[in-house]
Amino acid sequence: MEAAPAVLAARNLRVGFRIPGGVMQAVDGVSFELRRGETLGLVGESGSGKTLTSLALLRLLESPPAELSADGIDFEGRDLLGLSEGAMADLRGAGLSMIFQEPMTSLNPLMTIGRQIDEPLVRHLGLSKRVARERTLDLLRRVGIAGPEMAVRQYPHQLSGGMRQRVMIAIALACRPSVLIADEPTTALDVTVQAQILALLRALQEEMGTAILLITHDLAVIAETAHRVAVMYAGRIVETGPVAALFEAPLHPYTEGLLRSIPRITRERGGDLPEIPGVVPAPGALPAGCAFAARCGFAVAECQELRPVLEPMGGGREVACWRPRHG
Amino acid sequence: MLSYVGRRVLQSVPLLIGVSIIGFALMHLAPGGPLAVYTLNPTITNQDIERIRVVLGLDQPVHIQYLKWASGMATGNWGFTFFGGRPVLGVILERMSATFLLMGSALSLAILIGCTIGVLGAIRRYSVFDMMATSGAMVALSFPTFWFGLMAIYFFAIKLGWLPSGGMYELGEEDNAVDLMRHLVLPVMVLALVITAIWSRYTRSAFLEVMHQDYMRTAKAKGMRAPARLLRHALPNALKPLIALLGIELPALFSGALVTETIFGWPGMGRLFVDALNMKEYPILMGMIMFTALFVIVGNLVADVLIALLDPRVRL
Repeated sequence: MEAAPAVLAARNLRVGFRIPGGVMQAVDGVSFELRRGETLGLVGESGSGKTLTSLALLRLLESPPAELSADGIDFEGRDLLGLSEGAMADLRGAGLSMIFQEPMTSLNPLMTIGRQIDEPLVRHLGLSKRVARERTLDLLRRVGIAGPEMAVRQYPHQLSGGMRQRVMIAIALACRPSVLIADEPTTALDVTVQAQILALLRALQEEMGTAILLITHDLAVIAETAHRVAVMYAGRIVETGPVAALFEAPLHPYTEGLLRSIPRITRERGGDLPEIPGVVPAPGALPAGCAFAARCGFAVAECQELRPVLEPMGGGREVACWRPRHG
Repeated sequence: MLSYVGRRVLQSVPLLIGVSIIGFALMHLAPGGPLAVYTLNPTITNQDIERIRVVLGLDQPVHIQYLKWASGMATGNWGFTFFGGRPVLGVILERMSATFLLMGSALSLAILIGCTIGVLGAIRRYSVFDMMATSGAMVALSFPTFWFGLMAIYFFAIKLGWLPSGGMYELGEEDNAVDLMRHLVLPVMVLALVITAIWSRYTRSAFLEVMHQDYMRTAKAKGMRAPARLLRHALPNALKPLIALLGIELPALFSGALVTETIFGWPGMGRLFVDALNMKEYPILMGMIMFTALFVIVGNLVADVLIALLDPRVRL
């Protein structure tokens, strides 16, 4: 896994919003590499900037109000920030795809499923409508929809949430992209359906070699699906590493807190679920030092004053902390 | 779908009966009557007036008059005018083409321009163009139609002398299409102005609503270019509320046409209605009320059917 080259790399990605009296920095210098065929989990609480990061990568944020900047977003040797909107549109859905959190509203209600999957095939691969439809039927079969001949004529409201997310996956993978960004793909679904969708993503990844950036707040989803994980807090990545090592021995106190607050059946009954005290600081009101310092049980004076940056810790792990745990 | 249309047609029967009762009652509650014009004529005696009253059936109680009129309507007989004794339906149809020409031209022009302004305003929200369009629409909506009509006549007909101030033809030019067009310009402009203002605002908000939906983001994430996103994804979704609006706006359009026709002396249904109102031509007034009600009901039904055809979620 270490040897695989990066297909997508973000360097110092920043997303800000102009507000009265300054700029609210919602994503504050995020850097990561996504390697061919791997799944990188991006995990964090609501408001930590995960979704904004994902939308920024595909340049799907509306600007204004959003202001996007970075030292580079490298995709297969090209800097996405330097591309024209037309060249960017050529890449979206072809080399870089995305699936969204809300399968219920992410499909056009007035268009048949078939037409919605045909579209990228015709647009990017230049297929005729008839050939595209053949592919669409095949894609529907692959994402596990029984009776694709009927499904292509159906409208989104006639399908369940899980089925719609399968259709979204079919759309996203139609042109065999090298990168798939999945923003909370299972959050709106039942637990059993969640497991099916994750298994489907894993299977398709193995088949196509797609690299997946999996964005979620659910650590269980990460544990089950991702190879590596990046933990986001208040618009920054605070820790990255291979999933097993990070779950086994978290380095950042925030990661440790997150892992401890997972409810477990084996936990002693009656005891309170451990939680991280305090709340996430609002973007725009970030302290000068570590954003987590106010909630951290291990904070020292240094943490209040100086912002820690990601430092390599060996074993492919990095942490942004002055007092790493297990270090 | 067919059974739905059948149901709606059946539902419209009591509606039409209600409209006719209210219309008939209001008409007879208004002071004066069709015979009032004769009282000023010294050659017509009171006996003559009484005789005319009996001939026209105006001596009978109002409910009897209504039942007679209604039973006639039920068999397709729209009655005859008091003055001249011509068939009411014939008189209305004669004027209809003039009104439909005016209304149709104004409406198509207004929808074309209004929707274009609205879409551009939605795409470039808060741009200079959008600000100007929005405030322009406010101005257009704030002044009454007749004021625009009078201003148009003052500038284009009197001051500049470019266009005729009213009517549909110059004498002896009844078959001259160019002459007709020249007469059409001002009333269409005035009538279209307000409709354009309304439509640009509705289109703008309908598109703004649609453009922020999740499926528009999906279309962009699929790599669809802006024109395809606009035409294939946004337009059908934005069209739905606009079609419903068209059905609702029809009555307002009728009354707008009425004012415009009166100002420009356009020989259409609006003028016919105003003239009939002055003369207390009950049969024509009732005929026109029923005609308008029918037109609005059919318009709304067509709008509902169109929406059902557009949106698979709507089951009729």
